[in-house]
Amino acid sequence: MRILIVGCGRVGSRLAIEFVAEGHRVSIVDQRQEAFRRLPDHFPGQLVLGTGIDEDVLRSAGIESADVFVAVTEDDNTNIMAAQIAQAIYQVPKVILRIYDPERAEVYRGLGLTVVCPTRTVADMIEEQVRQHRPARVSG
Amino acid sequence: MYIIVVGGGKVGYYLTKTLVNEGYEVFLIEKNPAKVQVYRDRFGAIVMQGDGAEVATLAAAGAGRADVVIAVTGDDEDNLVICQMARERFGVRRTIARVNNPKNEELFRKLGIDVTVSQTNVILSIIEQQIPERPFVHLMALRHADLAIVEAKVSQDSPVIHQPIWQIELPPEVIITAILRHGELIIPTGQTVIEPGDELIVVTKQQREAELRELLTGPPA
Repeated sequence: MRILIVGCGRVGSRLAIEFVAEGHRVSIVDQRQEAFRRLPDHFPGQLVLGTGIDEDVLRSAGIESADVFVAVTEDDNTNIMAAQIAQAIYQVPKVILRIYDPERAEVYRGLGLTVVCPTRTVADMIEEQVRQHRPARVSG
Repeated sequence: MYIIVVGGGKVGYYLTKTLVNEGYEVFLIEKNPAKVQVYRDRFGAIVMQGDGAEVATLAAAGAGRADVVIAVTGDDEDNLVICQMARERFGVRRTIARVNNPKNEELFRKLGIDVTVSQTNVILSIIEQQIPERPFVHLMALRHADLAIVEAKVSQDSPVIHQPIWQIELPPEVIITAILRHGELIIPTGQTVIEPGDELIVVTKQQREAELRELLTGPPA
């Protein structure tokens, strides 16, 4: 598959490395050159310097032939706009984005995007751990 | 009418000031606390510090009863999300976004923003209006029903001159709403006769623009 990732942070770079290892064609966009240092030397994917909400940048990263689009910059609104460009303009078959704000996550899920909300997920996991905890000593 | 303005840069500030002076009920949301302090001294309690893309902020500003939300921050991605959140979450019926990168105008309209304002395109169209070789100027696009407002200067070569409007075969879905003749405004009726040099303000379906251009300004040179 052709996978386009916007945001070469901890999550984006890790995804890029794993997708390449699985044999996918990966291109990754970030507006900061130093972000690409998270990738190994001679990384076989395509690196594109620029903002993920600029159609020219996305086209040079191959959005027109992408099978999967992933938006994982640190900024919710950048991810939302990039994902909607991919969905509404380029009809990329699968569009996944990260939104930290749970309320925004809900709204855009309702608009048909595949949203991952780490805030909600982490809170749920911690709550689950707390619920499973059985105190050794019963007070009272 | 209740209007919420998000973004207290120069545009947001003057917009708020003008709307207040015109008697509208206005509320301004700005992120930067220092700016909020200054604006509070000027406008009073209608200024709030917060992130306009956040549900809690919009709720506190009373977005549920807002007629219009106008997002004029310097970041297009923020303006887009503010308008979409206002519409999807609070049912705000009219959303207006400032577009900093003119390339985003079409995208925003496609994504359901009612009106987009691009400073770059506004300035460009003003320049175009000043250039005499541009007899046909696109003034504004209205997302609803794909309408556009255009200004056209009727040329000597136009087939419509010296004819009353009722006789002119205008393309369908095109209405001549006003005529400027020697600096005077004429609201036309069917009997009004079009003269060369008339400047017409026309509401048209966007796909009729090319047809209309040829009809009014004559065949392309």
